[in-house]
Amino acid sequence: MNAVDLASSYDLIVIGGGPAGLAAASLAARAGVSTVLFDENPGVGGQIYRGITSTPVTNRLILGEDYWAGEALANEAEASGAVVVNGATVWSLDPERVVGVSIAGKARLIEARRVIIATGSQERPFPIPGWTLPGVMTAGAAQTVLKAQGLLPDGRTVMAGTGPLMWLLAAQILRAGGKIEAILDTTPRRNFLRASPHLPDFVLSPYFAKGLALLREVKAKVPVRRVSSVAAVGDGKLREVVSDRGRMPADLLLLHQGVVPNVNLALAAGTAHAWNERQLCFQPVLDDHFESSVPGIAVAGDGAGIAGGTAAAERGRIAAIAAVRALKPAAAVPDPQSVRQRLRREEMGRAFLDWLHRPADSFRQPEGDTLACRCEEVTARQVRETADMGCEGPNQMKAFLRCGMGPCQGRLCGLTITELIAAQRKTTPAEVGYYRLRPPVKPITLAELASLPISEAERKAVER
Amino acid sequence: MAASDYDVAVVGGGLVGVATAWGLAREGCRVVVLDEGDRAVRASRGNFALVWVQSKGLGLAPYAGWTIRSSNAWAGFAETLKEETGLDVCFQRPGGFHLALSERELEARANNLKRLHNQPGIVDYKTEILDHAQVARMLPDIGPEVAGGSYCPLDGHVNSLRLFRTLHTAINARGVTYLPSHRVENIVKDGAEFRLATAHREIRANRVALAAGNANMHLAPMVGLECPMRPERGQIVVTERLRPFLRHPVVTLRQTDEGTVMIGDSKEERTDPAGLTLGVSATEAERAVRQFPLLANVNVVRTWSAIRVMTRDGFPIYDESESHPGAFTVCCHSGVTLAANHALAIAPMIARGALDKSLVAPFSARRFHVQEAG
Amino acid sequence: MFKRLAEAGAAVALTVDGKPVRAVSGDTVAAALLAAGIDHCRTTPVTGAPRAPYCLMGICFDCLVTIDGVGSRQACLVPVSEGMKVETQQGKREAGR
Repeated sequence: MNAVDLASSYDLIVIGGGPAGLAAASLAARAGVSTVLFDENPGVGGQIYRGITSTPVTNRLILGEDYWAGEALANEAEASGAVVVNGATVWSLDPERVVGVSIAGKARLIEARRVIIATGSQERPFPIPGWTLPGVMTAGAAQTVLKAQGLLPDGRTVMAGTGPLMWLLAAQILRAGGKIEAILDTTPRRNFLRASPHLPDFVLSPYFAKGLALLREVKAKVPVRRVSSVAAVGDGKLREVVSDRGRMPADLLLLHQGVVPNVNLALAAGTAHAWNERQLCFQPVLDDHFESSVPGIAVAGDGAGIAGGTAAAERGRIAAIAAVRALKPAAAVPDPQSVRQRLRREEMGRAFLDWLHRPADSFRQPEGDTLACRCEEVTARQVRETADMGCEGPNQMKAFLRCGMGPCQGRLCGLTITELIAAQRKTTPAEVGYYRLRPPVKPITLAELASLPISEAERKAVER
Repeated sequence: MAASDYDVAVVGGGLVGVATAWGLAREGCRVVVLDEGDRAVRASRGNFALVWVQSKGLGLAPYAGWTIRSSNAWAGFAETLKEETGLDVCFQRPGGFHLALSERELEARANNLKRLHNQPGIVDYKTEILDHAQVARMLPDIGPEVAGGSYCPLDGHVNSLRLFRTLHTAINARGVTYLPSHRVENIVKDGAEFRLATAHREIRANRVALAAGNANMHLAPMVGLECPMRPERGQIVVTERLRPFLRHPVVTLRQTDEGTVMIGDSKEERTDPAGLTLGVSATEAERAVRQFPLLANVNVVRTWSAIRVMTRDGFPIYDESESHPGAFTVCCHSGVTLAANHALAIAPMIARGALDKSLVAPFSARRFHVQEAG
Repeated sequence: MFKRLAEAGAAVALTVDGKPVRAVSGDTVAAALLAAGIDHCRTTPVTGAPRAPYCLMGICFDCLVTIDGVGSRQACLVPVSEGMKVETQQGKREAGR
């Protein structure tokens, strides 16, 4: 797709080319709805199917069958007639469904009658001492370069954290011939008590057998230690990983403690969000069709609340069916009941996984000099002390300490700041709330902003 | 008297409120600041951080003198705050510019300044009109479209968010009680004391200083005062941090001590603080790139919109109530520029219980009746 | 920190701070930097601390580099191309670059 050929409006704009976005765009386009999908990355697949059309990792055993399931989604989108634009960064969405997008350094505004936000999830912030050192990265990051570029960790690699993705990545690294010195499992032991009522559902879910096999595969080759503290230590780069179980030299530390919805675009569009206590994150308030509080804007996939890649695709289909029915009531669409049935099966084991891998408070609410905000280098102590002074929310905190004001726009500190304030002021994250977000939700240049259409009234508001 | 919890209740925890509270605490008053919560409509989080003199006072000549008084007091004010808190608000007074992007804009600017300085009773201060070459000597990075500008050596700027934090830190250190999420719903006078109703509880104080910005419009009548407001929305574009390139603040564009460039300033008759008019941000960006072409490829990392505290004629309102002795209004648009005055001049007056008419009589809201009668 | 499993794509020649680096078609700039063993890609504008790619999915902004003279590009989102000049970014960006 050549960016210059884009129309000024579409029936449906889908934002994000992961499973939810691909499934939604395919279904809508096949029903005859004019559909464009914008994705920021060089190729489709999102994070879970990263590099699905181009990966150099041709041995299918390495990434596993769940990864390769993404091929069908990519092919379906390709054949569907949906316009798919990669390298397209969406930086604005307003309640009138005008989408601001930058492609190859040029910004433009495109209108839609319906929008499906499918921007997925991101890894939960993991604010431990030293987490900004070169040599420390997220497990998802290592998985991304494994999938997309065939890069394998080299040197002394340690993993730390909790959650299915950590174990999956460990298995993928081992299958590819890589080595992992140790896995520091931060899962709190008492989590099992809270998770156990949901065990029967989990046993019946597709995750159960896969999860057990994965654990066995990894534990056969890698020493696993339960830890209650982790720190990255080094001067200018990672030298060692220190936990309550000792110190070990390391070149690479891969961190992971689950994923949370990527809320920036949905929040900037003005959609209502609510705190999810089980998943410890904010997520959009949605109806049965994944429609948000702003008419015509839906949020599908993990951005709607974490449920995994397969569920994301089904959610994308449900949102797309609703869009098609609104835009082209006569068009044929798949039976939504069968989609919902598949979605329910996918969501079955979720409660157990969520409670089991709920990160400990100490890994979410740092202390002392540990950085809460990576961009502006704001420490946990500063945030706690400012909360004690009477600062009771993230927006006032931002004004006082600049946390959330850097280029990441709060993505790597937002939940930490909210939770720190809640802890310090003895209230709940739901009460504390989240950063107020405004466009551009991804940086664009001044020249790009300057190139947007300007009305006479808008010009007069500035030129006086 | 002793029955009251506080000597003074300051209503409003923005820059005007906390500067006043700090000044009151320095006078030995027991002070409480009643504020709203995190999502309050708060101009102090969206202001442009100028300590600005040029063009102030057209339509009310004493405002120019009042502004210069604060501007002159600012360096000492900043120094005192640093001694008390260890925080540097980075006050600088290098002189500031207003840039024109056409001969027509430059001429309009010159006419405005002429009208301002021709007013009877205006304090004498220097603002020069400069052509492109003269501006370029001081601002070498201006673009070819800059026709010229006006320059006033008294203009300066500050890190206003740090000022906000510093004042909060300072009042905290001085024992001022700060109560967020205590929006004041009603005020009554009961004998010698004021009773302020909030959702949480009632606060009692001997005096009340209304520093609640646009909300003063509703609060002032409760204590026999008036505060006619006309709020408007302003938007700001903020860039990533850059190495220093701009020595002087421009009224619509300044580089902060942290390196970010703030670009303003718009006026829209809207009062929704969450909204943002993209075309307005675009206009600001477009003018900024014409003024300083080297900014074209710089990344915008944030935009703000905030509701300006604006009285009906744009000038401050300082009043004391005749029917409810002990109630005062402290209300203005330029909470940064006038912070030194609020802390060092207005607060001591409130502590003494009476405004100094020789200084602030022109700023009484009674002026609106004079105008209407005339 | 990383090695290549397979050399699937065509070679692409870049320079990083003037030194030649061999990347592979299909690399993002960040992947090429990791494969080349570069230990950091920028220092922060706040304290000058070194940073390297952290999330590789466009959200952390720790992989900001100067590419062909334009500062603050997200290395994890930009595909490599022949002759590309990549520079590590030191502290605050310079206006005009």
